[in-house]
Amino acid sequence: MQINTFGKIIDIEEALSFFQDDMVLMFGGFGGIGNPPTLIKGILEKGVKNLTLIGNDTGFPDVGIGQLVTAKRVRKMVTTHIGSNPNAGKQMTDGTLDIEFSPQGTFIERVRAGGVGLGGVLVDIGIDSVIDINKQRVTVLGKEYLVETPLTADVSIVYAKKADPFGNLVFDKSARNSNPYVAMAGNITIVEVDEIVPLGELEPEEIIVPGAFVHYIVQSEGVDWKWVWEK
Amino acid sequence: MGLGKITAREVMAKRAAQEVKNGMIVNLGIGIPSLIPNYLAKDASVMFHAENGVLGMGPTPRKGEEDENLCNAAGLPVTLIPGSSYFDSSIAFAIIRRGLLDLTVLGALEVSRNGDLANWIVPGKRVPGIGGAMDLAQKSKKVIVLMNHTNKNGEPKIVSKCSLPLTSPKCVDLIITEMAVIQVKKDSGELWLNEVMAPYSIRDVIDKTGAPLFVNQDIIVHKWE
Repeated sequence: MQINTFGKIIDIEEALSFFQDDMVLMFGGFGGIGNPPTLIKGILEKGVKNLTLIGNDTGFPDVGIGQLVTAKRVRKMVTTHIGSNPNAGKQMTDGTLDIEFSPQGTFIERVRAGGVGLGGVLVDIGIDSVIDINKQRVTVLGKEYLVETPLTADVSIVYAKKADPFGNLVFDKSARNSNPYVAMAGNITIVEVDEIVPLGELEPEEIIVPGAFVHYIVQSEGVDWKWVWEK
Repeated sequence: MGLGKITAREVMAKRAAQEVKNGMIVNLGIGIPSLIPNYLAKDASVMFHAENGVLGMGPTPRKGEEDENLCNAAGLPVTLIPGSSYFDSSIAFAIIRRGLLDLTVLGALEVSRNGDLANWIVPGKRVPGIGGAMDLAQKSKKVIVLMNHTNKNGEPKIVSKCSLPLTSPKCVDLIITEMAVIQVKKDSGELWLNEVMAPYSIRDVIDKTGAPLFVNQDIIVHKWE
């Protein structure tokens, strides 16, 4: 364990104290890749329920965040895609899971808006489509846009490759995906990392998320599921 | 269904591959579109884009050489080609929304004569979710739909007007099926039958299409092997 200069490095037990029933929880990842495995496992084991989840997709039934959906811990979701997890579709159809769909590009800009402190974003995707329900419209420079609202959460959970004790983050290939903005949009942000490195070891030039956005850092125990392509 | 030596899926992917030109930035949907790279020239200079934040994807890695953190938008392992880059989801969609994708190839549930696309929901039955399809369909320079000509019940998927909720209106430029290649003239709402895949005939295609077809007098008949 590195010297805990900023008091941000915590163990999984302490991290789990931040997860409660009925909370709004945002997660990073795309199709399970970049979901933080150890935090999700902890949330499952703690039995947290009635969650409102905000994230790109519902993963696969036994992969990543999908496990929380499969275990019926989720009441509402703001997301872009549920097709790879049939449990989500089933729960949506039987009325136990409320889904708000955003187009994927709009979704990440809503998260970004929350993360960077904007009041929303103007987007011209999906005007008059089924995602355009009670949305405010504005005309800017003669062009019409939907006003898409920002997304923030009580807690954001994030996966990164490395963090230093201040919480500066670097990511791993396509596991970066939504993680940087999810990290910025949490009122409390907990990052699970493969490796905690000493202060000064990360090149300032390579840091993707500055540690100012990160409240807590947890050491990852690695992925505990089988990927679809491994089966 | 087979067409001699080559399967229907292969025919569709092979024909769609002819639409991919050197220098293009291309996004491929899951399913049959993902087979397209198999039919490109080895030295093709094409940058394949993925919504999760990769530009410059190469072939599927060999078994045992997969990297769980290097995947396409379907969550399947990929490799990189020289000149590739990683970025976050916001940048991935900046490339789309800014109109920098030359081509996207998607599947569909229904396409209408004026290029309306329905490919994300069958209300009460199947709810895959939108994913990036709305962004891709609305903002790509060219949209090709690659799909079976009819649905499971043998009913036309090319229709005068879509019955399912739209992904995006007036966006489809070209439809490639196992039976035909049909050009969509979005403004006039005309569908032009430009190519037929043997053994199907022009009559077969007309019978299985739920909208009027204009038959190109220089129609090409493909005999794939």
